[in-house]
Amino acid sequence: MSTLISLPDQSTARVPKKNYITNENGIMSWLLTGDHKRIAILYLISLTFFFFIGGAMAALIRLELLTPQSDLMASDTYNKVFTMHGIVMIFFFLVPSVPATLGNFLVPLMVGARDLAFPKINLLSWYLYMAGGCLALYAMITGGVDTGWTFTTPLSTHYVNTNVVTTGLAAFIAGFSSIFTGLNFIVTIHRMRAPGMTWFKMPLFLWANYAAAILMVLATPVVAIAIVLVALERTVGIGVFDPTKGGDPLLFQHLFWFYSHPAVYIMILPGMGVISEVISTFARKRVFGYSAVAFSSVAIAIFGFFVWAHHMFIMGVSNYAALVFSLLTMLVAVPSAIKIFNWTFTLYKGSITFETPMLYAFGFMGLFTIGGLTGVFLGVSGTDIHLTETYFIVAHFHFVMVGGMLMAFLSGIHFWWPKMTGRMYPEKISQLAAVVTFIGFNFTFFPQFLLGMLGMPRRYAAYPPEFQVLNVFSTAGASILGVGYLLPVLYLIWSLKYGQVAGDNPWQATGLEWQIQSPPLTENFTEIPVVTQDVYDYEWLERQKEHEVTHVG
Amino acid sequence: MSEITEVPESHGEHIVSPKVYALIFLALLVGTAITVGASYIDLGPWNPVIALAIAVTKATLVVLYFMHVKYSSKLMKLTVLSGVFTFLILVGMSLSDYISRAWGQW
Amino acid sequence: MDSHATAHSEAHEHPAHLRHHFMDAAQQKESATFGMWLFLLTEIMFFGGLFTAYLVYRNWYYPAFVAGSHTLDIKLGMFNTLLLITSSFTMAMGVWCSETRRKSGLVWSLIATIILGIGFLGIKTIEYKEKFELHHVPGSSFSAASFVNPPLDAQGKPKDTPLAPDMAIHTEVYFSLYFAMTGMHAVHMILGIAILFALLIKSAKGQYTTGHNTTIELFGLYWHFVDIVWIFLFPLLYLISRH
Repeated sequence: MSTLISLPDQSTARVPKKNYITNENGIMSWLLTGDHKRIAILYLISLTFFFFIGGAMAALIRLELLTPQSDLMASDTYNKVFTMHGIVMIFFFLVPSVPATLGNFLVPLMVGARDLAFPKINLLSWYLYMAGGCLALYAMITGGVDTGWTFTTPLSTHYVNTNVVTTGLAAFIAGFSSIFTGLNFIVTIHRMRAPGMTWFKMPLFLWANYAAAILMVLATPVVAIAIVLVALERTVGIGVFDPTKGGDPLLFQHLFWFYSHPAVYIMILPGMGVISEVISTFARKRVFGYSAVAFSSVAIAIFGFFVWAHHMFIMGVSNYAALVFSLLTMLVAVPSAIKIFNWTFTLYKGSITFETPMLYAFGFMGLFTIGGLTGVFLGVSGTDIHLTETYFIVAHFHFVMVGGMLMAFLSGIHFWWPKMTGRMYPEKISQLAAVVTFIGFNFTFFPQFLLGMLGMPRRYAAYPPEFQVLNVFSTAGASILGVGYLLPVLYLIWSLKYGQVAGDNPWQATGLEWQIQSPPLTENFTEIPVVTQDVYDYEWLERQKEHEVTHVG
Repeated sequence: MSEITEVPESHGEHIVSPKVYALIFLALLVGTAITVGASYIDLGPWNPVIALAIAVTKATLVVLYFMHVKYSSKLMKLTVLSGVFTFLILVGMSLSDYISRAWGQW
Repeated sequence: MDSHATAHSEAHEHPAHLRHHFMDAAQQKESATFGMWLFLLTEIMFFGGLFTAYLVYRNWYYPAFVAGSHTLDIKLGMFNTLLLITSSFTMAMGVWCSETRRKSGLVWSLIATIILGIGFLGIKTIEYKEKFELHHVPGSSFSAASFVNPPLDAQGKPKDTPLAPDMAIHTEVYFSLYFAMTGMHAVHMILGIAILFALLIKSAKGQYTTGHNTTIELFGLYWHFVDIVWIFLFPLLYLISRH
């Protein structure tokens, strides 16, 4: 199989001695850093930690569901486990995943700046993230919470006696971390672009992160106030959502989903940005319909504000509102489909190679398409009434979030790993991991579509025995999936010391970040670049190389 | 603008004079007086409309002059408008549910 | 100093407050102002959730909202509005003083702003205290009795229209929103006053009158925003059907 990887001669090549990792030493130089690349690494480590906490919860859930009876744990323990799985995975992994790691690392590099606009706020956002995460863990250890990640009232305000306030506070704090990341990205992309870097010369990764950042800034505060009101209702007894006083519990859901639906796009949009970069690089072509893909990101962000009540069709919203929200929901399918079609056209007649990031990207395209199309079932209010609160919906959002987002995250981590560390990961085993993940994923979640269609409700520890076969499939798949996620951790750590030296541009990609040394210097660019070439201009890259050969070599 | 560029920190920046601030201050005081006065007159459904209209006018004055948006770049103006727009989505789309609940089934 | 800093100081003046990753002071200032505005957008949406709740319940429980609103002291509310608008004016003057490098003007403007802000909170405390005495604070001690049987005035007539008991209990929703909205606003005031003290100390040392006054301007934006929230809260909470 052909490959496009071009590495420097390993006998002479060295990782540059002076780079952002070696610039300063000692733990304090990391904890007090203002360098966006170091903050990205801090985020990467802590995100991975929380991912495996959430993953352990998922393993417990799947083990419990291996048998129809609730035998591994009592029902209320099960409630706490799936709640913490949701809270950890959503607030502490999915929402910050790509923006806080790859975004933090790459946004300044891609726009040609020395750092994000507000380095201190960037560091603050990591501390807030850690504070929120630790608080959530504390709440988990001291009794947990069992409302589901949605904190639905009046369950959360009246009927449970678990750590709702502490966990809510954790989500509130994590929300501010997310707001600050988004704010930083918007200002950086507007105000810090290098000379010549016009909006339509920006890599699509930036467009996607920009769109997600808009959502972070505008949607997150609404869930913050909703959580504050829930906390006030529990602690001092104000009655905004309390039906006994005349409050409307559904209003909580309006406010909650006003954030939490756009939050889905906060999670997926940056992933889509990664896929654009990867597909283009490994097909050696400019992304087909560049501006359509760019605007579709912004369109998803804007439409994302108009559809939230499709989470509430069976909760008692008016029929008329359900109809309007159902129709508006269909709108989101348009920009999403534009992206999928354009990536496919990018592949058409491209010189495709199948390195690990590309394998993950293919996984993303397939799984995201399934996840997106099943979303249409759920967006139509008629079928939603049958399918909502069943395993169909669980399968749907896992296809989008795990199959889509996590695949994109892993794709991006592999793609930019050589830039972040200066070393290559082992190619063969990582390809194996990508394939194992894909197989394990489908085994885990495809049976859940069937289970949902058959009517198995979500969020119960026990189920009728006729559902067992499919559940066993699902649990077996989950163990394969677990292996698929553990492998990258092992070989990526291994590669830090033993990986091949990557050189500046192992993928021969066109982005600004690939034209500097890996790992980059603390100041990124010795001189602020002046951008003259178009985005994804592979001919320009060829000419650059010829130029180097004739003039330097 | 050529003479301004010598002082980098006031590049492209408009200093609003105290006279303008004082005028806006007066307008805000008058607005407060009108809004209190109007609330004592029975105008039926127009009472809340007038109260909100005055509040929006006062807020606009503060945003444009005290917060310098009138003298800021297009980007700032768009930013403020996008905030108002999203706020209206939140209120409008939420109310779309509450208003139509009373219409019952079809 | 690192190499890059010297590299671009050739092209530009390099004032001490310019952070290394910005190309020039104008870019830094624009970025900071833009960032502050984005933060204020999050504040708009934060209060937006409360305003949504207010609109929903005001339409549902209009008589309860009227009755609840009539228990608020319109004079205190109006006086507080004056205090806050004036403090916005003094803050705007502070920004002007820092732009035109008038140190003592800036210091006195900030002092005035602090005093007006504390005055506002003081009056708010008096209003809150009255609500506790009347059992109008939502929670276990709340009582809607005074809305079913309103207190009598000197002529022996009830001060306000009595409410049916099932509507009267919804006054608790009104007071929940009243406390949530004014409480969130007060939290923002307290934070603002704390920051004002820090700014005051620094401006007394002359820090913001040397040409680099971004911090003062950004804080001004915040303070005016808090003022705007009150501009809406006052008519919405105090002035429902006063005729």
